[in-house]
Amino acid sequence: MAARTNASQRATRDAVRSALQGKRAEPGAVIFRLLLITMLLSLLLILIVLLGDILIGAWPTFRDRGFDFVFSGLSLNPETAGVWTGIVGSLAIALFVVIFAIPIGIGAAIYLEEYAPDNTLTRFTDTAVRNLAGVPSIVFGLLGLTIFVVIVNAIGLGGSTAGKNVIAAGITMAALVLPIVIITSAEAIRAVPYTIREAGYGVGATKWEVIRSHVLPSAFPGILTGTVLTLARAFGETAPLLVIGVATGFFSASADATVLEKLTGPYTALPVIVFSWSRQTDPAFLNTLAPAAIVVLLTVLFSINAVAIYFRNRFEKKW
Amino acid sequence: MVTDMNDTLDTAAGVPPGAPSPRQPGRKTRTVDGSASIAPTGNEADDSNPVIIDVEDLNVYYGDFHAVKDVTLPIRQHEITALIGPSGCGKSTVLRCFNRMNDLIETARVEGKVEYHGVDLYGKNVDPVEVRRHVGMVFQKPNPFPKSIYDNISFGPKIAGYKDDMDDLVEETLHKAALWDEVKNKLNESAYALSGGQQQRLCIARAIATNPDVLLMDEPASALDPIATLRIEELVFELKKDYSIIIVTHNMQQAARVSDRTAFFSVEVGETGQRTGKLVEFSHTTQLFTNPDQQETEDYITGRFG
Repeated sequence: MAARTNASQRATRDAVRSALQGKRAEPGAVIFRLLLITMLLSLLLILIVLLGDILIGAWPTFRDRGFDFVFSGLSLNPETAGVWTGIVGSLAIALFVVIFAIPIGIGAAIYLEEYAPDNTLTRFTDTAVRNLAGVPSIVFGLLGLTIFVVIVNAIGLGGSTAGKNVIAAGITMAALVLPIVIITSAEAIRAVPYTIREAGYGVGATKWEVIRSHVLPSAFPGILTGTVLTLARAFGETAPLLVIGVATGFFSASADATVLEKLTGPYTALPVIVFSWSRQTDPAFLNTLAPAAIVVLLTVLFSINAVAIYFRNRFEKKW
Repeated sequence: MVTDMNDTLDTAAGVPPGAPSPRQPGRKTRTVDGSASIAPTGNEADDSNPVIIDVEDLNVYYGDFHAVKDVTLPIRQHEITALIGPSGCGKSTVLRCFNRMNDLIETARVEGKVEYHGVDLYGKNVDPVEVRRHVGMVFQKPNPFPKSIYDNISFGPKIAGYKDDMDDLVEETLHKAALWDEVKNKLNESAYALSGGQQQRLCIARAIATNPDVLLMDEPASALDPIATLRIEELVFELKKDYSIIIVTHNMQQAARVSDRTAFFSVEVGETGQRTGKLVEFSHTTQLFTNPDQQETEDYITGRFG
């Protein structure tokens, strides 16, 4: 009896083992996987070639001049030309983005998410904002040229450039990133669970108290991350600046120029410097200075992204 | 569904399923710490208790959807009133009329009379924010603010303009919610570090910190394990001394254990397939569970609903 049970148990075990063991041959799966790896590797290859090419081109400049390159102004002489003017211009533009786009964008997002009634107009506005975020930046350049430059000139801030200055550029760039600020902030606000709002109302808070004390603090990390990333966008944009008359050649502000004169005078930005150097007749500009300027630009952009990632991890909320 | 400790105990004791479960007052049961204590029991309904929230012919609509129909329900002071019934019968909807939480849903419309101490809660010039300071609420899922334990308690009093010593109030409130000993050394830590049951007791503490008159509880233990559930029930029973409590629950044993009166809701399916909640029966908990008037109630409490 026992032996028979053992024998049948063994037979069952053997049958189960043969059913469970063995590998399926799947040539399709192997090929598919190799294909995916190839795709990924081609991306990495592009990245490596790109960075390698730039770093090799930039190396002599940094080796010979070090930080002098970063802190020197524009010059027609490749030996002394630097990107400092561009860094200052880009920082000024970023400052305008911080002053205009971020408060207006966050405010609009709060209204859209918390106050706007759910009707056709709201849905239309929402769609419009999303479409605006997808509009090519050159279009914002035209907007800046035909409106902001004219306005800046009309209110007496035209200066020596007739409005084609960093003020108009900053406002244009703020308009360009505004939809992105609205979308990222709105998403951060929407991610705050409804139960938190309910809890606030439940203890007798007004709508304003719920938004101020619970929704905004909870959405803050997301809003912060989003807005920092839009700064990176504003830093890297080139096309709209070319349209609204950024200086692509050599200029220098006199040493005793006032802040207003500097703001209303000619300006340039870091990516614009890359553009204009790549078109110079002296090949030294294209071969060594432009890559070096790109390295500076990328360093700034990566630092901004790193700050965004830090904020996200530092303040991330778990629900 | 959360299984309840006492379900198991009842089954083990051989109570035949389907029999109305008689509840003796003062029945002994085991508490969390293992010592025997008197279990909460709902048998203290006293018709001389004054009505605190008077509901008459209440109808609630969400847009075109008729959610609750013709509910008449006098809630009495210092009693625990349980609202039971199947899903979708409108018990939470009714509960949310008592502190105007339904106002937050744009399409919601409330008709009928909801009077609090004789004042129409939906009357002109009544501010829902003020209503919620008098009628506190505890939600189904523990939802502490993502802040410290201290800030969770102090937020309500602060916005209500509380001027005295906040530390004292926080301590006193946490004592009332039977949470003080567990959290006294970590008041400044995140409320999210607490267990689910502790979080829910913190939410109860938060609700009573503003010293409301009425406490609404929307299935406060449905997301908790049996031990945490028992502690919530003991707390609810304890709080009855100071507050009038209305509790929605899916758990009939819970209603039988803690409440003084029970309202049984059910669903009426209209000609167009529209499902509208209605009140079937409202009486003393002991009576509703042992000798209900309506056949529908009896079918539900004995498990023959459908």
